[in-house]
Amino acid sequence: MGQTLSEQILSHAAGRPVRAGDLVVVRPDVVMSHDSLSPSIIKIMQEELGVASVKDPAQLVMVLDHVSPASTVGVANQQNQVRRFAREQGVRLFEVGRGICHQVLVEEQIAAPGKIVLGSDSHSTSYGAVGAFGSGMGSTDIALIWATGRTWLRVPETVRVQVNGRFRPGADAKDLSLKVCQVLTIAGANYAAVEYHGLEWLPLPGRQTLASMAVEVGAKVGIIPPEGEVAERFSVPEWLRVDPDAEYARTIIIDLETLEPQIALPHEVDQVVDISQVAGTRVDVIFLGTCTNGRYEDLRQAAEILRGRQVASGVRFLITPASSREMTRAAEDGTLAALLSAGATLTTPGCGPCMGRHQGTLGDDDVCLSTGNRNFKGRMGAPTSKIYLSSPAVAAATALTGVITDPRNL
Amino acid sequence: MAKVWKFGADVDTDQIVPGRYAPYMRPDADVGQAAFIEARPEFAQNAQPGDLIVATDNFGCGSSREYAVEALRRRQVGAIIANSFARIFFRNALNLGIPLFVAPDLVAALQDGQEVTLDIPNRRVIAGEDVLPLPELPHFAQEILAEGGIVPYVKKYGRFPGEEPA
Repeated sequence: MGQTLSEQILSHAAGRPVRAGDLVVVRPDVVMSHDSLSPSIIKIMQEELGVASVKDPAQLVMVLDHVSPASTVGVANQQNQVRRFAREQGVRLFEVGRGICHQVLVEEQIAAPGKIVLGSDSHSTSYGAVGAFGSGMGSTDIALIWATGRTWLRVPETVRVQVNGRFRPGADAKDLSLKVCQVLTIAGANYAAVEYHGLEWLPLPGRQTLASMAVEVGAKVGIIPPEGEVAERFSVPEWLRVDPDAEYARTIIIDLETLEPQIALPHEVDQVVDISQVAGTRVDVIFLGTCTNGRYEDLRQAAEILRGRQVASGVRFLITPASSREMTRAAEDGTLAALLSAGATLTTPGCGPCMGRHQGTLGDDDVCLSTGNRNFKGRMGAPTSKIYLSSPAVAAATALTGVITDPRNL
Repeated sequence: MAKVWKFGADVDTDQIVPGRYAPYMRPDADVGQAAFIEARPEFAQNAQPGDLIVATDNFGCGSSREYAVEALRRRQVGAIIANSFARIFFRNALNLGIPLFVAPDLVAALQDGQEVTLDIPNRRVIAGEDVLPLPELPHFAQEILAEGGIVPYVKKYGRFPGEEPA
């Protein structure tokens, strides 16, 4: 009997063949924590567990991205506490402005094919973009890994998403992600891994979009076989390969030849419709960013639509690059200049306003079109605000007109 | 008596505690006071120790924020009963020692605002004349809850659930 990618990775880590449903105790290769929760993790490890030092500093990575740079004295003090802890314990830390944890770990190749990468953040499924077993955990689980070097996991069943064809003009990996949310629904892959097939041709940024959104259908892991561009850029262990007789709990098939630009409606990520059903809806804010869609390619796509034009009057267009490296690339080839000339506002690389804490918090009744991953009620600010989710191309077209706009109609 | 606070499907952790109310953002505030502060302010104001949260599908979806569970622990929620739980929330709740049960029959039977008696040792909820049995949790979950959470569990046994004793 063959194994899914998740079963292969967990078998390798456990040193014995394991199957969906088994409990395993493993030593994760990487444990990521960000500024939002690191202070609580430090407290749990030192005060509740009574452990002064992390077991293996080389296993840990810290990134300051959630409120970046600090917005209040309280946040600033906690960030200083995290910096001090990282320095004292010899833990690698990426500073304010370096970017979103999930982008930075892929750029730095800290996340790599076959590795187990756990994070204090639900979008840690993102590491599946490079063929890693990436999953999110709460503060107590992360504190236990810091203290012991190990954790326990249930081997997940796998839902196979078979993708056929290629994107038509106007559609991209975000539209595919939203379609997967619609088909599987918000809890359709709860406790499971989602494994995507038929995407050997898809470049890394699109894979990151897909993997980050896997958690929005409840998945523990969202993994794409490390082929194509990922195999060229990363070293793939010889034991990690697609097994033709792996067993899947369920298979869904998505045909890209008929995929239209998709929009998730407020306030559920699986309330997804073709853009034609909501085109013309007025918006106040457009947000281009997040671990799902804040990369150079996303900015470039927006710039191609906005170059030489102006953002509609009365609309705020906020751009938060996913990392300093992505922002620098966009600066070097004129992408940023095109966006800024069109009237966009640029913020520090990081999570930006995604969770409503700073850099563009929504007010009462504000309507936002976001390239992010969550449109929960009040996620970005006031409980009466509304969030629609879309691709970067739709976001740019919408910035131009002030109403939800199909980029193919410009 | 405990009061039933009934919710629908897909209650996300942003509803339980909005990101703006995280301990990171308000280090001097009690996160327990922020439980459902915007989604259901009467819970934030009136929930009493021992009260029950009852919900339909996929309770606790979204962010991994453990402070959503911590807020409910500080309010001393007696148990959470749902048709299903989101993965990270389920694990966080076990880790912090909050009893939680997958029990669609009870979800259907219990009404918002109802006064009931939660009897965890005998695995039942008593609602007026009705005695509603609570289902058995997986063995590892029972072991963690018996110690009051994963931290006391690991301290006592020196190992994780599913791990052979050293």
